[in-house]
Amino acid sequence: MTYTIVNHVLDYFELEQGGLWSLIGAIAVWAAPITGFVAIVGLVSIWLERKISAHIQCRLGPMEVGPHGLLQTLADGIKLLGKEDLVPKNADRALFALAPMMVFAATFVSFACIPFSEKAIIADLDIGIFFIAAVGSLEAIGVVMAGWSSNNKWSLFGAVRAATQVVSYEIPLSLALLAGVLCAGSMSLVDISQAQGGWIWSWFIFRNPFMWIMFLIYFIASLAECQRAPFDLPEAESELVSGFHTEYSGMRFAIFFLAEYGKMYVVSAVGVVLFFGGWLSGIPAIDGIGGITGNLIGAGVMITKSFLLVCVQMWIRWTLPRIRLDQVMDLCLKYLLPISLVCLMLIAVWQGLMPTFDEFGIAMIAAMALGFMQMRRIYRKAIEASKTRLSLPTMKV
Amino acid sequence: MNWEAVVFWAMATLVLVPAFAIVFSRNIVHMAFWLLGTLMGVSGLYLLLGADFLGMTQIFVYIGGINVLLLFGIMLTRSEPVYVRRLAKRPKLAPGLIIGAFTAFTLVSALLGAGWRNVPGEPTETAGILGAFLLSEYILPFEIISVLLLVVLIGAAYIARRGSREGAE
Repeated sequence: MTYTIVNHVLDYFELEQGGLWSLIGAIAVWAAPITGFVAIVGLVSIWLERKISAHIQCRLGPMEVGPHGLLQTLADGIKLLGKEDLVPKNADRALFALAPMMVFAATFVSFACIPFSEKAIIADLDIGIFFIAAVGSLEAIGVVMAGWSSNNKWSLFGAVRAATQVVSYEIPLSLALLAGVLCAGSMSLVDISQAQGGWIWSWFIFRNPFMWIMFLIYFIASLAECQRAPFDLPEAESELVSGFHTEYSGMRFAIFFLAEYGKMYVVSAVGVVLFFGGWLSGIPAIDGIGGITGNLIGAGVMITKSFLLVCVQMWIRWTLPRIRLDQVMDLCLKYLLPISLVCLMLIAVWQGLMPTFDEFGIAMIAAMALGFMQMRRIYRKAIEASKTRLSLPTMKV
Repeated sequence: MNWEAVVFWAMATLVLVPAFAIVFSRNIVHMAFWLLGTLMGVSGLYLLLGADFLGMTQIFVYIGGINVLLLFGIMLTRSEPVYVRRLAKRPKLAPGLIIGAFTAFTLVSALLGAGWRNVPGEPTETAGILGAFLLSEYILPFEIISVLLLVVLIGAAYIARRGSREGAE
């Protein structure tokens, strides 16, 4: 049994018997479900984003189309389909058309390696996590292509910002991925998930104290990779109109939008696999079911966990203000990079010296809960203090 | 023609056509985007050989890193498309031919002397063996290259900083 990309392609398409025609047929059969899934992820995420932002700002959000505005995104999609496809007069037409495809393809291909459950994975590659990281880095060049070919200074500024940010944050992101690989001893996403079997405290985030820090680094870096607030400088509305996709309209704009939400899901799913046990629910009795039922439960658990992380990304976007470009670079190169390097080294030492036992995981959960409560207390106190200092009236909503 | 030959020739075209386009294009940004095709083609050839890790490293390092930085550098220094001008009135044929012949000779002799052999069976593992070799048999070249890259990094930062400091004064 081999796990190379060519072997996977051969297995699915049965090329050796059917020749090239079966390749074309199989591409249609295998690409259709992913396309459908990406579209559904996009629909749900965009609806979630609008609802979460609305509730954070004490509004209702979309309410008219469908129950609680569930079909609003679909209506918007149909509107975008009917819009005129504009290309600026002095744009570089070929590159202008290629850019959205490039960005979407980068996200789309990553889905092939995400395990929804033990069997529900399109390609369980030997180098799964590296494949996702490498293919994801193609997005940057699509963004640069969009920004340059639009022949618009705001687009160009957005593209240059995106390139800086994505290339810099790729380093802490990859180091965080390496931490998970180190704990599991494999780069296949299925193996990494299975290494976290057992009770909830055998998940990698509770494996040792540094994995928790690594998760924070991964999460911050993934926000920057997705160009989400507080790192949304490439499309800063107040400065750059809407950055690299200023000139795009209609369906091409929709493809950029879909790719952004797809990327958010991919990043969250990888985070779940690396730190939160993938499709495993953390209860051995449920994880041991197996068969079609077990796989369906696994897929449900995996999608729920991923969407929870997507929701946290949205929560952060609508809570924190955008930071400046020099602050973005400072955060990456002066803080995240050294911290992640030190953490990676300490995780390696821990893996080598400490045996894995359950009691430590339980202690980690307890320590994290205590730390969280302590932080909450300090935070409450600080808010009280600032209220008395500024003598703000307490607001009741 | 079996499927391997079809894929090989497709990838070889993907390497060569953009390579010629880079040479004959006059717009420097277009050149950088054409490079994308060549790099992808090389990565495809690696994948065809079953060297997944190498192929993905090619994409990660060359397309995700170097090609983006190349474009970034061009865009940061100029805002309009940059056209390459011919400096000499008449292209100097003789030196070009000599250098070209020398490079071709080096490459062809390296290819012929490489001692190609067929590896029996299919690759079972793509990253593990590579990692083990890099940390045992080939550790010295590996370390030398990493030190070299560090030196380049520090040198580049030093030159850039010196320039900006003089500009400020």
